[in-house]
Amino acid sequence: MPEPNARDSSLVACPDCDLLQHLPPIPPAGSAHCARCHARLWRHKVDSLNRTLALAVAAAFLLLIANSVPMLGLAVAGREAFTTVIGGVLAMWRDGRQEVAILVLFTAVIAPAFEIACLLAVVLAVRRPPAPAWAGRLLRAYEILREWSMIEIMLLGVLVALIKIAELATVIPGLAMFVLGALVFLLAAMAAVFDPRDAWARVGWVAGASTRPGEGGR
Amino acid sequence: MNAQPATAMSLGLAGCEVCGLVSRPLAGQPPHCPRCGERLHFRRPASIERCWALVIAALILYLPANLLPVLTTYTPLGSQTDTIMQGVVELWSPTSWPLAIVVFVASITIPLGKLIALAYLLITVQRGSPKSSRQRVRLYRMVKFIGRWSMLDVFVDTFVVALVQLKPLMWMAPGPGVMFFAGVVVVTMVAVNCFDPRLIWDLPQKECHA
Repeated sequence: MPEPNARDSSLVACPDCDLLQHLPPIPPAGSAHCARCHARLWRHKVDSLNRTLALAVAAAFLLLIANSVPMLGLAVAGREAFTTVIGGVLAMWRDGRQEVAILVLFTAVIAPAFEIACLLAVVLAVRRPPAPAWAGRLLRAYEILREWSMIEIMLLGVLVALIKIAELATVIPGLAMFVLGALVFLLAAMAAVFDPRDAWARVGWVAGASTRPGEGGR
Repeated sequence: MNAQPATAMSLGLAGCEVCGLVSRPLAGQPPHCPRCGERLHFRRPASIERCWALVIAALILYLPANLLPVLTTYTPLGSQTDTIMQGVVELWSPTSWPLAIVVFVASITIPLGKLIALAYLLITVQRGSPKSSRQRVRLYRMVKFIGRWSMLDVFVDTFVVALVQLKPLMWMAPGPGVMFFAGVVVVTMVAVNCFDPRLIWDLPQKECHA
């Protein structure tokens, strides 16, 4: 094995076992797995930037709607009460569980909003490589926040809450519930079509132009 | 690639955990990834110590999370408190039992399973065990993938409380258990991120820390 060249962009270290290997040329929609631990090293995604942009714009709209219309309503003895996602956060806050309220706000509203906004900005910025360093910072924020964005878990939680309450009163599913259902699929699709390796190859290096490799991203 | 495994660390290279770039950390100053600026480590710093500390913290939080009530129901006739387990039992009915199973798995099985899995991974890494590395790294990936779903009960309690506010007929309030339970979820998620799966593959004599 020749002395590995750290400037070689096909050189990867497996994130799960640190095995150093070269990524072979991969056909579109194909993927490469670590030779030792089978972690997926890269999936060659087709038309990643355009598809991600389309899905992110749609997701941004749905998230706005989902947070501005009622999600769940309750009717008992002639009285009706509706709540939104934020309404859940406020109820927790009012009842003295501020830590839980903040956690719910973060995982159900802030993290998904950031996830979508970061990706939207990154996809737009990397169209003309090399993208400025802030695009890299946002991409990094996206990678960290993704795990804390829990729209799909919240939706399941809302369904369980609905069943629980259905024994006590008539439950009315609101528009936001259906919007959230669609958003779950959009977010999953958005993460599936986005190719972080491609995006990183188009981001300017923080260490400056002197260390940038000759090639300007694929 | 069947030759003896050459890890990035054994060649003095480090793969960036954020952007994936492989580079040679410069000696002297704390090394940063030249592309994204993230601190470079051969292995996550104090991985085993931090992970153990968080596992023990989560184990301590797990007890009040399951013993204290998460929901209190008030009616003119009095009040009733429910723990997570009582919530599962109440959800159990001929039509909604699948959801009861989902809540049970997400709230009771997953947090406990996660702690047991992390303890097993930590102990085998500390012993330098070379056995079944592939299964262990698969276990790690599964724990990382599934762990977030324990947040389910936090969301259930939040929206039940938000909706059932029909004073003076009936209203609900969150109990102290919710806070501890949310703590278990957050602490175990951070613990999983502190654990470095690359340690599973490092043989004891090759130890080296950035």
